[in-house]
Amino acid sequence: MDDFYKEYILDHFRNPRNFGHLDTFDAHAEDLNPLCGDTIRMELKLDSEGRVSDVKFSGKGCAISQASASMLTETIKSEHPKLEEIAKMSKDVVLENVGIGISPTRMKCATLGLKVLKSAAVGELAKWPDEEPVS
Amino acid sequence: MIASSASIDAKLAAIIADFPILRDRTSRGKRLVYLDSAATAQKPQAVIDALVHFYSHDNANIHRGVYELAERATNAFEAARAKVARFINANEDAEIIWTRNASESINLVSFTWGLANLGKGDVVLTSQLEHHSNIVPWQLLVERTGAELRYIEADKEGVLVLDDLDAKFKGVKLLAISHISNSIGTIAPLGKLIAAAHAVGALVLVDGAQSVPHMAIDVQALDVDFFAASGHKMLGPTGIGFLYGKRALLEAMPPFLTGGDMIKKVSYTTTTFNELPWKFEAGTSNFADAIALGVACDYLSAVGMDWIREHDIRLTRYALERLAPLKERGLELYGPNDVQARSSILSFNLADVHAHDVASILDTEGICVRAGHHCTMPLMDKMGWPATARASLYLYNTEADIDALYAGLEKAAKIFKLA
Repeated sequence: MDDFYKEYILDHFRNPRNFGHLDTFDAHAEDLNPLCGDTIRMELKLDSEGRVSDVKFSGKGCAISQASASMLTETIKSEHPKLEEIAKMSKDVVLENVGIGISPTRMKCATLGLKVLKSAAVGELAKWPDEEPVS
Repeated sequence: MIASSASIDAKLAAIIADFPILRDRTSRGKRLVYLDSAATAQKPQAVIDALVHFYSHDNANIHRGVYELAERATNAFEAARAKVARFINANEDAEIIWTRNASESINLVSFTWGLANLGKGDVVLTSQLEHHSNIVPWQLLVERTGAELRYIEADKEGVLVLDDLDAKFKGVKLLAISHISNSIGTIAPLGKLIAAAHAVGALVLVDGAQSVPHMAIDVQALDVDFFAASGHKMLGPTGIGFLYGKRALLEAMPPFLTGGDMIKKVSYTTTTFNELPWKFEAGTSNFADAIALGVACDYLSAVGMDWIREHDIRLTRYALERLAPLKERGLELYGPNDVQARSSILSFNLADVHAHDVASILDTEGICVRAGHHCTMPLMDKMGWPATARASLYLYNTEADIDALYAGLEKAAKIFKLA
């Protein structure tokens, strides 16, 4: 658990990437973790092919939730997925990003950003990524 | 009188030895430092033994069988009620109603007394410090009855603001207030509030979930009308709690849940309800846990509630002094500064580090604290805290536990590079 707080996680927490709001956006969602009150909002802009061209997130919460959301926006900006591809993303994406063992009690913190991103993609509140059946 | 520190330490050592989970248990490979008693208390061997003994020797359904075993179970169950009645100095045993917990006790009053007595123009008064369990039942009640829900404000220190009491109490039919804030430890000035309530003819419900484990309670001296508590926070098992109510009020109230045990006579068309206290206890009661809660009351009485309060104050003062140097690195401690005006609940934040991260780092040192909104989301919003970490102390905690907390917070400050 000491490994939780790697240098790059603290860096993303203190200096979140793609933090703030887009002037205009095509999809958005926000949600909270009722256990701790952490909140995240995601705004997505699409290009003419329907791929995500820009993303911003905002919110407040613990280092794990904020760093994980920050890293997720970097993934999205490098991969430019379509909304239906985002809808199929699994929690493995964020777990690979954070690169550390996440205990069951902190899993919701790590996956809140992805839950909100998927909610934006499908236009309604998505399930918790860690509660989705493994396909 | 405060005993010498040597005899306090001997008594403390004996108390710790009574709690098997604290004797030699570790967490994350470190000594277990349990600082979450406001969430639930650890159990002394006597309470654990009472459950094992009951199921091993005395188990039978109460109020039913004519055989000796059932008589033994019934007697033990009613004796436990008498123990709780004595523990809070109720006038009679029948004024103690068994419930699952304080939340159910509050809901009982809301659904029975509340629905029968409140209407448009009436006011339920509570405070901004309340646990959700003393807000949500009243929100639903005023929605159903057209009454109004009003709040006594809390200041920045988390102390209730009492200067406009006359205006606050206008139209009030019920004051529903927690004795001790579960979130920041403020002790409510009950004497003043209860007098103000009774002066306008209002009833008073006290949520005693956090007070009854920590200080001597005398419901008659306080002159409260209802008092709600949870067993598991006062060394008892989970799933058992109680509601105290004055007999005349309980007599006049309609029943809550209905079914077996709460009836005197049933025909296909009508029912005559049972006498107090059984009128409010539908179905088979949680008698095993009630009996063990009676043993928890015995244990607390033997230790002495005044000793526990002194111990809480001594340890809280030590904690406030011990943690003070961390203020330079961004530690913010919430709640009243005066240790006499607060309980042993310490809510805090460490600079911009989220409470969950603080709790996770403390966990690596075997230290159990709660992090989050503590079921007081409106208070967190009002104070502008996204969450807080909460260390709550009890009779088995020591200065060594506080020293461990200090070291854990230093580690967190180091990891998060707080200057």
